[in-house]
Amino acid sequence: MSDDKDVKILAIESSCDETAAAVVKNGREVLSNVIYSQIDLHTLYGGVVPEIASRKHIEKINIVIEKALSDAGMELRECDAVAVTYGPGLVGALLVGVAEAKAMAYAAGLPLVGVHHIEGHVSANFLEHPDLKPPFLCLIVSGGHTHLVIVKDYGKYEILGKTHDDAAGEAYDKVARAIGLGYPGGPKIDKVAKEGNPKAIDFPRAKVDEFPYDFSFSGLKSAVLNYLNQAEMKNEPIVQADVAASFQAAVVDVLVDRTIRAAKEYGFKTVALAGGVASNSALRAGMKAACEKRKIELIYPSPIFCTDNAAMIGAAAYYEYMNGVRSGLSLNAVPNLKLGER
Amino acid sequence: MITVLAIESSALVAGIAVVNEEKVTAEYNVNLKLTHSQTLLPMLDEVVKMTGTDLSQIDAIAVSGGPGSFTGLRIGSATAKGLGLALKKPIVAVPTTQGLAMNIFGFDGLICPIMDARRDQVYTGIYRNTREGFSVVSDQEATGIREIVGNLNSLGEKVIFLGDGVPVFKSVIEECAKVPFSFAPENLMVQRAGSLGLRGIQLFKEGKAVNAADHAPDYLRPSQAERVRNEASKHDD
Repeated sequence: MSDDKDVKILAIESSCDETAAAVVKNGREVLSNVIYSQIDLHTLYGGVVPEIASRKHIEKINIVIEKALSDAGMELRECDAVAVTYGPGLVGALLVGVAEAKAMAYAAGLPLVGVHHIEGHVSANFLEHPDLKPPFLCLIVSGGHTHLVIVKDYGKYEILGKTHDDAAGEAYDKVARAIGLGYPGGPKIDKVAKEGNPKAIDFPRAKVDEFPYDFSFSGLKSAVLNYLNQAEMKNEPIVQADVAASFQAAVVDVLVDRTIRAAKEYGFKTVALAGGVASNSALRAGMKAACEKRKIELIYPSPIFCTDNAAMIGAAAYYEYMNGVRSGLSLNAVPNLKLGER
Repeated sequence: MITVLAIESSALVAGIAVVNEEKVTAEYNVNLKLTHSQTLLPMLDEVVKMTGTDLSQIDAIAVSGGPGSFTGLRIGSATAKGLGLALKKPIVAVPTTQGLAMNIFGFDGLICPIMDARRDQVYTGIYRNTREGFSVVSDQEATGIREIVGNLNSLGEKVIFLGDGVPVFKSVIEECAKVPFSFAPENLMVQRAGSLGLRGIQLFKEGKAVNAADHAPDYLRPSQAERVRNEASKHDD
């Protein structure tokens, strides 16, 4: 392939409750980005119901893909490859995207590139920061994942830290339910916390012995639940905003602490955030303050690229594609796919 | 002449067939516990290569439209939808039990496919398929095996059973049926892509093809979460 030829990738993402498709040029330029969110549907059940998510994906997937192509002003055959998230995620949901992408690529005679969902989140940072190049440090925080990784090169990661129990976003959902905010917990706690005092309650900041960059949020979640139970037994009213703000402060402190510690230890001057929780205003503010103090550049994607989307999959796929990665017709969904594995 | 590509993945069988009005050009069925996600496309590729089929020349994609395994149905549907999108071809959703009933022809009585639907239920329907054509006596539904055998008793005709529900419910049928009955032989017992394709052509001619974007499986059952929620709201009333 000649150097001057643009590579346009049609990307598909269906790992959880967003049906998404996008066309991305050269891994950096978003030509279209279509997301059908099912969140209202799942809110009725207080969380994502896998079977309902899968059913919605199959109803919407062609509509979303066709809109992504028409928004980009392209026909499928003008694309250079089809990319799809094949893990991690909900297996039934992943399978819809994987089967669809394989059939499309096959019928159109295009190469297929299977993409790791978390690599997608990391790569979302390439979409709006044309100068960003590895290596850099990246904190990935979402409903299902909490990872601190060194992005050594495109598609090459070293995992420094991960959660030993709940993901950060999971803790948000559980605490939000306990204080009566409902689903989804992240944005709801973030909003209410703005009215509260983050120092009102001293919730624990858990460390994991021998793993300086790892996370644990189940103790924090239990501390919040204990606090609520004790208040109820003593018949004391709780201040929802204070609980939310104090919980959020504890989460952010831990995330910032591990990230800054790693940036200092490994000498990184650039830190990136990724994943749904990267939209969280307290995390952004806390990380920004800590980075500014140490003259570290902090970057993060716009909210639309933090949430599950396909543009980020197209960005990650580009570098895999350029490295010659191709997936076969027997590509399967891998619900517990590990970062850096294929 | 109408040609369809048939895709079957509603239960254990993975099947691909190329069928036109005059013949079944190729039919590839695998009745094994393999992942449809890993078998279906390679099987399609093999059939296309061996037959030299130009997919851009087919008229429609026939897919088992449900009921069946929720995930299996979606793998077939997503495959059909992806092909339909890329090739700009419509989809004919063949009700799974109709596709099954097409395995039997010329039988002077009723055809009753039964699929094991778990929770003591079967997916079933009642059909005829003779020189006069294919006809629906009773539409497909999820019901109890005793209920469907009761319906057959009141219809009072001899009946042939087929489907993966046969080994599961054979003894119940033998106990409850009051009409003459038989079971299909092994080669006609479960889903076949060729039968699905033939029924697909009939439905295509009846104008039942839809835009690939509009196709979704007909599960005949709500999800577990919806069922629990509906039950709860009933109690609230």
